[in-house]
Amino acid sequence: MIYFLGLDMLEPYHFAFFRNGVVVSTIAGGLCGFLGVFVVLRGMSYIGHGLSHAVFGGAAASSVMGLNYFVGAGVWGVWSGVLIGRIARRRIIGADAAIGVVTTASFALGLALLNRYGQAKKSIEAVLFGSVLGVKTGDIVAVAIVAVIVVVIVVVAYRKMVFATFDPEVAEVTGVQVQWIEALLMVMLSMTILVTMRVIGTLLISALLVIPASIARMTTNSIARMLWVSPAIGAGSGFLGMNLAYHFDTSVSATIILVAAAVFVVVYATNGVRGRVRIAGLHHV
Amino acid sequence: MTKLIECRHLSCAYDSTVVVKDVDLVVKTGEFVGVVGPSGSGKTTLLKVILKAIPPTHGHVDHAPGVRLSYVPQVETVDWNFPVTVTEVVVMTQSRRKLWPRITTKEREDTELVLERLGLAGLGSRHIRELSGGQQQRVFIARALFHQPDLLVLDEPTSGVDVRTRHEMMHLLAELNEGGMSILLTTHDLNGLAAHLPRLVCLNTSVIADGSPSEVLTPEVLEKTYGAPMEVLSHGGMPVVLEHGAAEASRRLSRLNAS
Repeated sequence: MIYFLGLDMLEPYHFAFFRNGVVVSTIAGGLCGFLGVFVVLRGMSYIGHGLSHAVFGGAAASSVMGLNYFVGAGVWGVWSGVLIGRIARRRIIGADAAIGVVTTASFALGLALLNRYGQAKKSIEAVLFGSVLGVKTGDIVAVAIVAVIVVVIVVVAYRKMVFATFDPEVAEVTGVQVQWIEALLMVMLSMTILVTMRVIGTLLISALLVIPASIARMTTNSIARMLWVSPAIGAGSGFLGMNLAYHFDTSVSATIILVAAAVFVVVYATNGVRGRVRIAGLHHV
Repeated sequence: MTKLIECRHLSCAYDSTVVVKDVDLVVKTGEFVGVVGPSGSGKTTLLKVILKAIPPTHGHVDHAPGVRLSYVPQVETVDWNFPVTVTEVVVMTQSRRKLWPRITTKEREDTELVLERLGLAGLGSRHIRELSGGQQQRVFIARALFHQPDLLVLDEPTSGVDVRTRHEMMHLLAELNEGGMSILLTTHDLNGLAAHLPRLVCLNTSVIADGSPSEVLTPEVLEKTYGAPMEVLSHGGMPVVLEHGAAEASRRLSRLNAS
């Protein structure tokens, strides 16, 4: 037994649900931290926020219609992403407004469906704030598969993704299919939100996409290094947050985000002006 | 000299606004061509159509078989806070057919050669923000050269840079051109850059004139291009463009100051 502050650190590991939860939240934290690097550097954090709300609508609709959660919410999420892109491209309204319209409408639809046909208030709460109790082996498999897919895609398309993020205009001219890279990123983002949402919840998932990557940006000037640092912070926050949540009896997602936010505050305070200047240049964070 | 690119009856429109109309333009190997015109005259659009980044609404752009074009954007459009080093920027164009993203030793050596050629030796591991204005611009030319182009295409290479950087840029481009590189650029800097180039194309939606500076920098052509009367003086055989009425304005301002 390992005691810390009078608490038995190993106690929760007697429970299978907790062991599953720790694995999922650690991988989820790492995965969000990894993809978050591109989200933050592209100034897309609002899309992360919006997509998770859109996926909520899809999750509610698929549960009401008796469809598989991953299929229903996944299709819904990707479709919302495409729709946002379409509306924004017509330039009648800006991308931020397009995200606001599409995703909040989807979120509202999800809420209304769950109100009308869902079982109880509890299930809504679980989707909004995440729940560790319902985590099954299937969730571990899903999040692990998505993590592997995302890492493989980013490694293989790394230079194209960096090029398309840094300098889309020249990338296009040089033969990089920028639109495809963007679509790929949206799909990876939707998949990530989909598999992590059950633990982290709809409301706080965008924080996990943004905070670790912002911390990483403060500590380094290299995107390659950010792709190591950010997932490490994300995974660490997921692991630590899950454990603390058990001992302090707090919400898992809130605790994970608070751990990440605490790291942010410490790094921000100790990093001096240079680090702050680095994130000051991140647009729309 | 062989043709590198050829535009025939090229037109381009955004929605219903015609930006480029009926442009015929040929660039041959070894040429150094400047496209001049006021803001909104379609210079950047013409470059993008030539680069095949946007399709023309009418006409054709033909590239010679196997010809490689490299594009250098305006420095003002670059996100200088982006976390990349000089070397990472330079190798960025080599993104095709690579499964493992790590920079190879060969690439590192080639990068060093290009950086050395542009006077950036030893700066490979610096973050792009940690460079001077002139160095920052040269990094993007280094990236373009790393792609081993047949034609270097630059959009407003001297806009938003100080006098010294502009001077450096001009010398660098002249040196590259002497070394055999074909160059096509846009500029609205008539005296600082355009007057020094061997061939100018005056553009205001369509081509107003095409020829050497002494041929095209005439009051008639400039008024048609810029829509404002201009005077042209000769300084050591080189044309110097002045805004019409500049002397008058300066007289009025000095009178205001005196009173």
